[in-house]
Amino acid sequence: MEFDDLYQQIILDHNKKRVGYGLQPGGFPSHQYNPTCGDELTLTVRLSEDGSTITAVEWEGKGCSISQASASLMTSEVTGMSVVEFESFANGFRDAMRSRGTISLSEDEYGDLAALSGVSKFVARVKCAMLAWVAAEDSLILTRESLN
Amino acid sequence: MSQFTPEQSAAIRAEFPELSETVSGHPLVYLDTAATSLRPRIAVDIESEFALRHTAAVNRGAHSLAAEATEAYDDARASIAAFVGARPNQLVFTSNATESINLVALAMRLASSVGSPPRFALAAGDEIVVSEAEHHANLIPWQEVAQQTGAVIRVAPITDGGELTAEAVKSVVSDRTRIVAVSAVSNVLGITNPVRAIADLGRAAGALVVVDACQSAAHGRIDVESYGADFVVFSAHKMYGPTGIGALWGTTEILDEMPVVLTGGSMITRVDYDSSDYLPAPAKFEPGTPRLTQAIGWAESLRFVESVGVDAISAHEESLGAELFAGVADIPNVRILGNSNGVHRVGLVSFAVEGVHPHDVGQYLDSRGIAARVGHHCAQPLHKRLGVDSSTRFSLGMYSTADDVALAVAALADVREFFGED
Ligand SMILES: Cc1ncc(COP(=O)(O)O)c(C=O)c1O
Repeated sequence: MEFDDLYQQIILDHNKKRVGYGLQPGGFPSHQYNPTCGDELTLTVRLSEDGSTITAVEWEGKGCSISQASASLMTSEVTGMSVVEFESFANGFRDAMRSRGTISLSEDEYGDLAALSGVSKFVARVKCAMLAWVAAEDSLILTRESLN
Repeated sequence: MSQFTPEQSAAIRAEFPELSETVSGHPLVYLDTAATSLRPRIAVDIESEFALRHTAAVNRGAHSLAAEATEAYDDARASIAAFVGARPNQLVFTSNATESINLVALAMRLASSVGSPPRFALAAGDEIVVSEAEHHANLIPWQEVAQQTGAVIRVAPITDGGELTAEAVKSVVSDRTRIVAVSAVSNVLGITNPVRAIADLGRAAGALVVVDACQSAAHGRIDVESYGADFVVFSAHKMYGPTGIGALWGTTEILDEMPVVLTGGSMITRVDYDSSDYLPAPAKFEPGTPRLTQAIGWAESLRFVESVGVDAISAHEESLGAELFAGVADIPNVRILGNSNGVHRVGLVSFAVEGVHPHDVGQYLDSRGIAARVGHHCAQPLHKRLGVDSSTRFSLGMYSTADDVALAVAALADVREFFGED
């Protein structure tokens, strides 16, 4: 059933676990707001000194289980990833979310994030899943601008 | 106070085709009538038959079809007016209640820029009174008036239980009060406000009183005169009617004084190149080709409501609403917004489930076939006031049953466990 695809156990767990929760001072946080539900999320991506690698993701916010689990799972999967790799990783995630159920995230590539595949059948929830990703992309841009 | 018998309910439900839909493999339990009510087949049939056979320009042309369309449009207005206790020429058709409020607010902004007519012209330091519980539709248009004119918004407090008293309104009314805008029933709290007493206060202070009657019109009979207000607004789609039409009711005197906002054809008597004369209300506020089919559909929907019986519907919803309220109140870790005792309520209840976001609550309920509203219900400041970001709402209609209520309460009782809250 589609509802069970949406709320897989991994998502329910990460809604509680919230990996990466807690912002440290400094860096270039991005604040994102979803006006349809009032959910908010602030997220900072930290890069290695040469700007090539994601060394940490920190975030705080409130929202539904999908938005919280997506932030938590993303933090787990992308920490240690190169920035170049992250960009295509995020694009692939976005494409799957917007696919209305036609693209599934592969477990090989996306690990536990593949559990979010079911969200794409619920158009109203895609924004929830994307909130942390939009914040990460934005924080990355701000961070890299500062390095130039 | 009594509910419809199972036979009566079955007959009513048979008129609403959407109720035979299934959602997530369950029969639909529609608990979102306060947002938009379902439509009875008979009204939609008559509306579409009318569109197919009688579509023609209203108020233009002498051919028979145009004359018939004009007559049907006028008849529709007369029967909608009769339903709410108004005279036909006091009822201006708009797109919805939101537009109705905006018409008044825009008239005030126009009047304020030229300083007349006096009752519509605001100046810096004047005051606009709203309550803490207003829908955005009855708040933001007034914010715009305030921003343009330098007027100040004064907010009448509600109690923690969601009650708005006349005393609370009195505490913010002064000799500078020019507008008092309140809802008859909040779409989140479901509590009937003492509108008459509030309107009397406002008018005694020389203010124009605007009543947002969307929810009282949705859940029972409204009698626009009884509020003692200058303006009353409501929407057809919460009264078993179509989307795309609503009304602004005003006293004859105030509609006469109110400046025109939108202008063009159908609202004039004499037109020259440099100036024109306008028809009296309601025509002066309805320029252009009107909402013909929607007016017919709305009138037919209300005919259906009358055939079921407005008082019987109110009694049914009130009794069922009390069951719903008690059922939700009994669930641990669920907090009802507007839980004040000893107040009169309509059949709706909003609540926050501790530890579970309303979107998750709504999605879980949907998986059990239950259509509830989630979010801030266009009342962000009210949610903030009550210490939550958003909530979930169940609301009843004439077709709701004790089974619906039992299913909803049972599903709600399972929500926290599903999301791992203990
Ligand atoms: C109390 C109240 N006021 C105003 C509105 C706005 O109505 P509409 O969206 O039909 O203009 C609603 C409905 O959403 C409402 O419940």
